[in-house]
Amino acid sequence: MSVDTATVAKIASLARIKVSETELEAMVPELNGILAWVEQLAEVDVTGIEPMTAVIPNTQRLRADVVNADPLTGGDMREAVLANAPAPEHGFFGVPKVIE
Amino acid sequence: MTALTDLGIAAIRDGVAKGDFTATEVATAFNTAVAEAQPALNAFIVTTPEKALEAAAKVDADRSAGKALGALAGVPIGMKDLFATKGVQTTAASKILEGFKPQYESTVSQKLWDAGAGMLGKLNLDQFAMGSSNETSAFGNVISPWRRPDSTAPLAPGGSSGGSSSAVSARLAPAATGTDTGGSIRQPAAFTGISGIKPTYGRCSRWGIVAFASSLDQAGPMARDVTDCAIMLEAMAGFDPKDSTSLDLPVPAWTASLSGDMKGKKVGIPREYRLDGMDPDVAKSWDDGIAWLKDAGAEIVDISLPHTKYALPTYYIIAPAEASSNLARYDGVRYGLRDLPDGAGLQDMYAATRAAGFGPEVKRRILIGTYVLSAGFYDAYYTQAQKVRALIARDFTLAFEKCDVILAPTAPSSAFALGEKSADPLEMYLNDVFSVPASLAGLPAMSVPAGLDRSGLPLGLQVIGKAFDEQGVLNAGLALEARAQFTARPEKWW
Repeated sequence: MSVDTATVAKIASLARIKVSETELEAMVPELNGILAWVEQLAEVDVTGIEPMTAVIPNTQRLRADVVNADPLTGGDMREAVLANAPAPEHGFFGVPKVIE
Repeated sequence: MTALTDLGIAAIRDGVAKGDFTATEVATAFNTAVAEAQPALNAFIVTTPEKALEAAAKVDADRSAGKALGALAGVPIGMKDLFATKGVQTTAASKILEGFKPQYESTVSQKLWDAGAGMLGKLNLDQFAMGSSNETSAFGNVISPWRRPDSTAPLAPGGSSGGSSSAVSARLAPAATGTDTGGSIRQPAAFTGISGIKPTYGRCSRWGIVAFASSLDQAGPMARDVTDCAIMLEAMAGFDPKDSTSLDLPVPAWTASLSGDMKGKKVGIPREYRLDGMDPDVAKSWDDGIAWLKDAGAEIVDISLPHTKYALPTYYIIAPAEASSNLARYDGVRYGLRDLPDGAGLQDMYAATRAAGFGPEVKRRILIGTYVLSAGFYDAYYTQAQKVRALIARDFTLAFEKCDVILAPTAPSSAFALGEKSADPLEMYLNDVFSVPASLAGLPAMSVPAGLDRSGLPLGLQVIGKAFDEQGVLNAGLALEARAQFTARPEKWW
């Protein structure tokens, strides 16, 4: 499978990355080179093989169902959460207007 | 008298404990070395001499008060700028995180401070750990302290932990943290003549480490020798309830159990790693390694890892897929850069922010990842890669029925010059051909210096172990180190 300019533009918009026409032109052959190379995986016989989801067997742990169970990752940290926000407003993340 | 900056972790810790010198003297010596080298090597993104001095003062005070000292007491280290450090800029070498000051400390860095270590600064790396040469950082290339004889051409320190490898080999730090996703600890260690170990996936908490590919990322130490790696890994590792992939296992006493005696051990030599047209110096160093482990008492066995040739293409589907999803959080809303063109809406702001904040290699990988996860291609690429990954892991499981550890080269060549491979992404990716398989299988693996090639540059040997068997890896590493007698170091030109 290979990609053309329109496909790369579509992927870029899905990835939320603005690309110029020039960048787009340059990316098409690069991505095609990489895709042609990874295509060799299609020749591997994977009959009966389950896709790997965990590389080292581990059990799923659940956190205690308690508010602010962890002082570091729990709630009540508005100032710390907003400390690096580019445009905090009234204790919230500020964003451009979404609805008219 | 030996300069303090020539000492490694064990020597510094023991010297401070005995009172041969103070932790403050050590921190001052390294701070000076860092400041002197920074303009030439660019190993750091920010330096924090005051942090190193602060930690040292505490160790000196504790010692005077007769308090027990930690395993890294008085040892100043470099911290790869992928670890969140409270109040100190953490960027992953990207523009999108420039100015980001975490409000929390990563679990690994906290453990190191708790053990008495101090921080010399945040080390440069390939942007978001994507690269093998340190040419993708938004803060400029890291330069290796090594040079070819009769040439001043700047060489790559390897990647992505290239600031770490450059700093440790140039004696700017006795040790540094690294992270390894597809070889980012081992390859730079090999390029600069130092040691580094990636433990079993899950040994070190990923909490507070800027995520690249979550099923692969694993932190580890980079230091001058195997013993120092063992000491530092012991301090970094351990269960962390804040990371759901963290292994709930006790940390073994790796340092106390270190032994270079390989009697009764079987060392596997994977025949698929003997590539056509292999660099003769790399082939020779591999043969040397085989002879050294035999000398240490090991039996050498031929093993097969039949899916080796598919490891790199598998990696370059899985890692970008996970990266495209992990890096979705950089959207200009919660932290980091925001680019808000006049009259732009929310979607335009996301797209403009990400266009301005990510470098070309990061964009390339996000696009590949987005493509392989997109509707219609998910099964053909992503599911297929996850299945091949299962086969690669199974190859190792079967091989370890015949051997205890595996010996291979770390990288297919010694360090290349900056710019030599950056034009072709595929050629750059091939540099990780020997390191990626162990990463895909989540296995512990380390690189130790093996000697110099004909151009006078270091080569590394890689030991891969069974899951959870860091001890076996460290022991084989120690056996190699004892016989390689690697004492070469870069001549100071900076």
